[in-house]
Amino acid sequence: MNQKHQEDLSHIRSMMERSSRFISLSGLSGVFAGLSALIGGLYVYQLFEVNGIEYFDRKQKVFAADMVSELFFIAIIVLFSALTFGIFFTIRKSRKYNLPIWTTATKKMLLNLAIPLIVGGVFCLALLFYQIYFLIAPATLLFYGLALINAEKYTFSDIKYLGFCELILGCISLFYVGYGLVFWIIGFGILHILYGLIMFKKYK
Amino acid sequence: MGIIDKLNKDFESRVRLGIMSILMVNDWVDFTEMKALLFITDGNLASHSSALEKAEYIEVKKEFVGKKPKTSYRVTNKGRSAFNEHLNSLEKLIKSNN
Repeated sequence: MNQKHQEDLSHIRSMMERSSRFISLSGLSGVFAGLSALIGGLYVYQLFEVNGIEYFDRKQKVFAADMVSELFFIAIIVLFSALTFGIFFTIRKSRKYNLPIWTTATKKMLLNLAIPLIVGGVFCLALLFYQIYFLIAPATLLFYGLALINAEKYTFSDIKYLGFCELILGCISLFYVGYGLVFWIIGFGILHILYGLIMFKKYK
Repeated sequence: MGIIDKLNKDFESRVRLGIMSILMVNDWVDFTEMKALLFITDGNLASHSSALEKAEYIEVKKEFVGKKPKTSYRVTNKGRSAFNEHLNSLEKLIKSNN
């Protein structure tokens, strides 16, 4: 009898969790998103070197137009591959554990993630418009951190720790302008890989 | 009267427990999503949900989205307190047996 009551309680708990949180996000998504960012970042650094741009010389840099468009192209590829891996591993995990993907919780999570991200995107466009390039890297990290903390209620709540790390990193990077690429690699590359590995072990 | 008497008969089935658990932490949940979360068939969900509706534990809303009918569920205040009581008695039972 007691066994049945225990099972009832754990059934209740799992139903509450499964219906209110998006739990199909795999740790591997984080690892591969981080790897994409890391490879992209290192490629950009190598691209600077090939073109004779010394990234760490603290001088104002002027990029040629084709360089700017190549950087933009790399950014799009990194974003695209991170999203593709994210979606791929999410679908794989939800198939494995028989979890429905497109639920109210998923929509709420995406909405809460999107609000700070879209505002951040507009903010960065404004920075580009006014040519305040040195604040773009800190701004992306800060808005991304806020987005993660905002989405915390609708997915694994551990995601807020990643959000706090991005925020701390973003705040530090505000005072080290000119090292945007380094902070980007740490924030979007290394932190994602670490977070992904921790999540993968915890919720395997 | 023993503690056992306090366990609500309406919540005896796993499906009903599941429906109530989902509605406790969500606002309106529609039929398709409920079915997917519980891994049950249409008929199974329909019969259990109408039993819960009869007990006035849940509210049922039927509407049309385009041409498709859509059924959604929400927990009532009565259902909320009944389910909380059920949880409390479950907890007590487990504690007293340990």
